[in-house]
Amino acid sequence: MMKNAIYAIKSLFLIELWKGLAVTGKHLFQRKITVQYPEEKTPMSFRFRGLHALRRYPNGEERCIACKLCEAVCPALAIKIDSEAREDGSRRTTRYDIDLTKCIYCGFCEEACPVDAIVETREFEYFGESQADLYYTKDMLLAIGDRMEESIASDRKQDAAYR
Amino acid sequence: MQHTAKAGAHYGHTTMTFEQLAFYFLASVAVIAAGLVITVRNPVRAAMFLILTFFTVAVIWLLLEAEFLAIVLVLVYVGAVMVLFLFVVMMLDIDTDQLREGFAEYLPIGATVAVIILLQLAIIFSSGPFDLEQMPAPAAAAADYGNTHQLGLLLYTYYVYPFELAAVLLLLAMVAAISLGLRGRSSSKRQDPAQQVRVRKQDRLRVVKMNAEKQD
Amino acid sequence: MPEWILYLLDFLPEWDWLHVLLIALIKVVAIFIPLVMAVAYLPYAERKIIGYMQIRIGPNRVGPRGWLQPIADALKLILKEIIVPTKSNKYLFIMAPLLAIGPAFAVWSVIPFTDTLVLADINAGLLLVLAMTSIGVYGIIIAGWASNSKYAFLSSMRAAAQIVSYELAMGFALVTVLMAAGTLNLREIVLAQSGGLTDWYLWPLFPMFMVYFISGVAETNRAPFDVAEGESEIVGGFSIEYSGMTFAVFFLAEYANMILIAALTSLMFLGGWMSPFGSASDVMILGDGIHWLLLKTSFMLFFFLWFRATFPRYRYDQIMRLGWKVFIPLTIIWIVVMGVAMFLTPWGYLFH
Repeated sequence: MMKNAIYAIKSLFLIELWKGLAVTGKHLFQRKITVQYPEEKTPMSFRFRGLHALRRYPNGEERCIACKLCEAVCPALAIKIDSEAREDGSRRTTRYDIDLTKCIYCGFCEEACPVDAIVETREFEYFGESQADLYYTKDMLLAIGDRMEESIASDRKQDAAYR
Repeated sequence: MQHTAKAGAHYGHTTMTFEQLAFYFLASVAVIAAGLVITVRNPVRAAMFLILTFFTVAVIWLLLEAEFLAIVLVLVYVGAVMVLFLFVVMMLDIDTDQLREGFAEYLPIGATVAVIILLQLAIIFSSGPFDLEQMPAPAAAAADYGNTHQLGLLLYTYYVYPFELAAVLLLLAMVAAISLGLRGRSSSKRQDPAQQVRVRKQDRLRVVKMNAEKQD
Repeated sequence: MPEWILYLLDFLPEWDWLHVLLIALIKVVAIFIPLVMAVAYLPYAERKIIGYMQIRIGPNRVGPRGWLQPIADALKLILKEIIVPTKSNKYLFIMAPLLAIGPAFAVWSVIPFTDTLVLADINAGLLLVLAMTSIGVYGIIIAGWASNSKYAFLSSMRAAAQIVSYELAMGFALVTVLMAAGTLNLREIVLAQSGGLTDWYLWPLFPMFMVYFISGVAETNRAPFDVAEGESEIVGGFSIEYSGMTFAVFFLAEYANMILIAALTSLMFLGGWMSPFGSASDVMILGDGIHWLLLKTSFMLFFFLWFRATFPRYRYDQIMRLGWKVFIPLTIIWIVVMGVAMFLTPWGYLFH
């Protein structure tokens, strides 16, 4: 009886609906949490996995020794490596291609690399107007590595403590 | 609005008044649309032309200062009846070719009937009671004249019994239609939204307090 | 009406009805242009307000704080191609948006903005409003059928049934207003509420006010009654095959109808252009005037947006139940109770 009376009053005055409206009404005046993307950015982890890069040693020698571990571990089969002996007898890649349309940015290549040659950088604002634009060759990857060496090195240094 | 009043006074001087122009325009639209209702192939378009016919007729009624009837025609026929009509026509996907079968066969009979009806109408309309002298154009009503008010006065005083009778008849028809359409299917499982929204947490959920048990 | 327009009109030929027509045309434009501007900025307001309620900030890129967003949207829609599906019924497909927007704008001819500012002050204004809003459903039905798409068709069926159902409740709710006011003339209905906040029909007819407004939300196919759009099940409803300007026209019609319902609610129940402080107050801004009507209309429009930000969509059978089994009986009972109270009991003055 009492239950029915309460229910009747509640439904007659649309109490539940007003409660719902009150919730959204309160939120109308709350501080907004939108991040204005190009001007504002959220903080990024040093483990962020973005665009790939090939690194060099400080003396300018490229790190990659063409062991092809990354090619083997890549779950998406995005990496393609050909290798040859250089004049000085060391094994080097003649071709190191990453198809970014295949890549799933899992970071396994990075983990597999014994010499920290292939890394993923913080760079994520890149684009291609065609599929061909997203097929990165060795020269392009080395260029990215040269350009971003500073941030790559500092990220590895920070991460080293946890490994 | 003073300008309008002045305009009204000048109507006699012009060769064709606005009302005449509007009437001939609307009348021709109504006749053409009514013809298209029965000649156009697509049933949905036929229904649309019927709506156009209703509409133009309603505007002609407006010219006759019968604004209540005009608006109610739009409200009831265009706004409700034709919507349901369209509903059915759209769902049925009527094959018009089948309906047109035997058109030539029945044409002579149909034409004869049409001509006879036309003649009868002509005779009646040209005879006594419908003569122009018997039925002079009524004087234009005053600005504050309300067709709605007059209709209401008549319906609820002079015609109150026929009106109530008609109302009861319609109510009866409605009740009959509902009771015919309502099949008691108590066996079918159905949801009762009223019951659903009345459920509270306590009705469904029981929080049990118990001591933590030791795992072996 | 400025003097120079009348002066210009005197040079025209002797057809006086042409003068009347031209003056009416100028008035129509004077109502139409602000209305279209309002309709253009309502979606912007909607996106902003709903954004704020979801702790976002809404559109803010085009122009300062996004103020030029409606113009950008309009430009985009104008430049887009109008695609007519191959197997659609071409005439009806193009005609449907016009059928939707025509009645939505036509009703404004009888809306009184102030005591003197009204295009057509006719006696059966309330009836005309009902008739015109009931015609609006054709645009949706025809669009759904002419698109030759099953989703559009399903949506048009839903919309038609819903609009026809809620029209009844709306009509009955308005009957109580005209019982209280004793006239069908919208201007006189507002005048009957003069005196101040306590004289509005909101108080004696409060349940009818709720019924009318909720039916209005259902009538315009807005959330939470937007099953006709139903993006989660019928992918966008009757307008799914429409693109570019044809879609924009449907969009405009929906928002024009929203503004109309809000304006009608303020006229019928909130005293229209009447000041809540009573007409006695002689301070400029607090006295009666069109600004009060605009304010009340905006207030009711805010509720439309608030509802959309708050309530989840109704199930279809629940919509039908609410319309037929709750609102219609409630309004009919209210009419009877009110009639008896007005003429047979001493409490009749409450409703006058």
